[in-house]
Amino acid sequence: MSKTVDINVHHVTRVEGHGNIRVRATDGVLEQCELQIVESPRFFESMVRGRSWVDIPHITCRICGICSIGHTTAACLAVENAFELKLRPQDQLLRELLFDGEIMQSHLLHVYFLAAPDLLGADSVIPLAGSHPEVVARALRMKHLTNELCEILVGRHTHPVGMVPGGFVCCPQKKALAKMKVDLLALKGDLLATVDTIAALADRLPAFNRETEYVALVDKERYPWFWGKVGSSDAPAVAWPDYRQIVHEKVVQHSSSKHVYNKRDSYFAGALARVNLNYPLLTDLAKGVAERLGLKAPCHNPFMNNVAQVVETADCYVRALEKIDRLLDMDLTLSPPDVRPRAGVGVGVAEVPRGILFHEYEFDAAGQCVRANLVIPTGQNLANIEADMRALVPQILDEPKEQIQLKLEMLVRAYDPCISCSVHLLDVEWV
Amino acid sequence: MAKPKMALFSFTCCEGCSLEVLNCENEILDILGALDVTNYREARTNRSDDYDIAFIEGSISREGEIEELKKIRANAKMLIALGACAHTTGLNALKNFRPMADALTEVYGDKGGWFDTIPVRPLKDFVTVDLSLPGCPITKEEFLRVVRELLVGRKPKLPDYPVCVECKMRETICMYHKKQTCLGVVARAGCNAHCPAFGRRCTACRGMVDTPNSQAAKDVMAEFGVTMEQVLDEFRLYNGWTPEAAPPATEAKK
Repeated sequence: MSKTVDINVHHVTRVEGHGNIRVRATDGVLEQCELQIVESPRFFESMVRGRSWVDIPHITCRICGICSIGHTTAACLAVENAFELKLRPQDQLLRELLFDGEIMQSHLLHVYFLAAPDLLGADSVIPLAGSHPEVVARALRMKHLTNELCEILVGRHTHPVGMVPGGFVCCPQKKALAKMKVDLLALKGDLLATVDTIAALADRLPAFNRETEYVALVDKERYPWFWGKVGSSDAPAVAWPDYRQIVHEKVVQHSSSKHVYNKRDSYFAGALARVNLNYPLLTDLAKGVAERLGLKAPCHNPFMNNVAQVVETADCYVRALEKIDRLLDMDLTLSPPDVRPRAGVGVGVAEVPRGILFHEYEFDAAGQCVRANLVIPTGQNLANIEADMRALVPQILDEPKEQIQLKLEMLVRAYDPCISCSVHLLDVEWV
Repeated sequence: MAKPKMALFSFTCCEGCSLEVLNCENEILDILGALDVTNYREARTNRSDDYDIAFIEGSISREGEIEELKKIRANAKMLIALGACAHTTGLNALKNFRPMADALTEVYGDKGGWFDTIPVRPLKDFVTVDLSLPGCPITKEEFLRVVRELLVGRKPKLPDYPVCVECKMRETICMYHKKQTCLGVVARAGCNAHCPAFGRRCTACRGMVDTPNSQAAKDVMAEFGVTMEQVLDEFRLYNGWTPEAAPPATEAKK
């Protein structure tokens, strides 16, 4: 059946930042299929020029409110690599625990507040408070506790205070960690109930598969968050400073943003890429969740990114408890790092909730930043989202327009895009 | 009585302040019980131009945003700036200290000419702002207090004393004794001196008190050997649009 549709979603909702979906098909022929990015560029690479290393993580964490701990981590790692700083075991452990907190918090926010309303036929979490009060109460409880985990470690989740290059300028109290352990243990039931809720809804995720390249950190021993090498399903892994061998940016006039590619026209970054490349390293609990929710690596359905986020939440849950136990066995001391700047370049890489993140800074001998390059997960995913849209639309063109639109919005949301983050994105008028 | 209608909009920013609203997990259901959220892109799909109170986060950095802002002002009975970007431009103003052409080239190479971008400015440069909730990010406690006060018809006020007061109340060791240049002597309190309590100097993300005691600030800074250039550098981090920060790149100002 040949059909004409014209879809124009102005400012896709329940995503972070401003983007439009534009799809036009005439007589069954797809003529335009774009995710337009209309977020105001902020010029972070320019903003940090001339600023001291001290303020680099402080400034660039403010690229994004949701994953500011991820940006802080990547920026600290870059500074540490530039100055050859090593973390104390206590600080490494605290940083990893903090990262678990952010991943859980962000994934829960996305799965419950941004993605789940589509599966329950609601426009937001607000009506769900009336129709599914126990689900909403559970979501709030889980989000609150994972936020609190970040708070006791660095003061707050949005723009963390106490983590700096070389370590920390604050130290959590053991009694706060001990209480967190008790509260996290009590949260197990909520975690399992989350899996039940998603299991009951998983068949509402569109069955759409498109194989693509998957890019994420890879490691031999531990599920990688900010260690290991930069890996790909299509290419050998490379060390951090060589990330440009995998991450190729291009400015494309018709697409309004820098697109990123490697071996193909686009690649996938995010929870699904991580699970696809590192499945054997997941904890048993997380593997069980993956099996229960029908996620088998490698999975080529982008909508399953939501499920991969639930799997990672379970993984971080187990590991956070392990880390708290190890911290409770240590003598925790406050030891603000003694940093000696020097001229050099440093690259920091972290798997933030939405995918692999690169921060690169060059410093002069006094530790002033002279150059920066930041490659953000959402920017890396844009070309891949559009490629998915081009493959998906012909398959669903016979459905009612509202249904096509909903599925396209769900697709964009599945990537959990963080458009404000994508500092590289251009903003041009479309014709 | 009908519930007041609330909207939340985002301009140039990280959207961390609206996330802090969502982070009020223990109170959010009560807020939804007292207010009717009619427009909040980050959280819900349906959107309306019918609202009484408009919260706006973010600075203005594109011509297009000016028109959107004026439309919101025309629709809203009350307009509240949410967070440093809306209030003082926050970190965004760092961009203004470099010539715009350089900034464009540094980020986008030879394709810099493709954008609509203007020097970053706060909301109050374009419309009447009824109230500003300062901070990067806002504090949840202050947001909740303001919402409560608005609901009972009281005009919320911000603390008009410096962050030093709150550090003393919390018994936090002075940042100057930890060899950090701290702006808490002139910065507006209300954050419960959160950053110094977690080991970090205050960078005045909430702006200054109405009448800062500049002589006392100068004395403190002189005692610890801080130069005016260092102070300005600190101050520009969050208050780059204020006259005191005096951006040297005159080309950047329109």
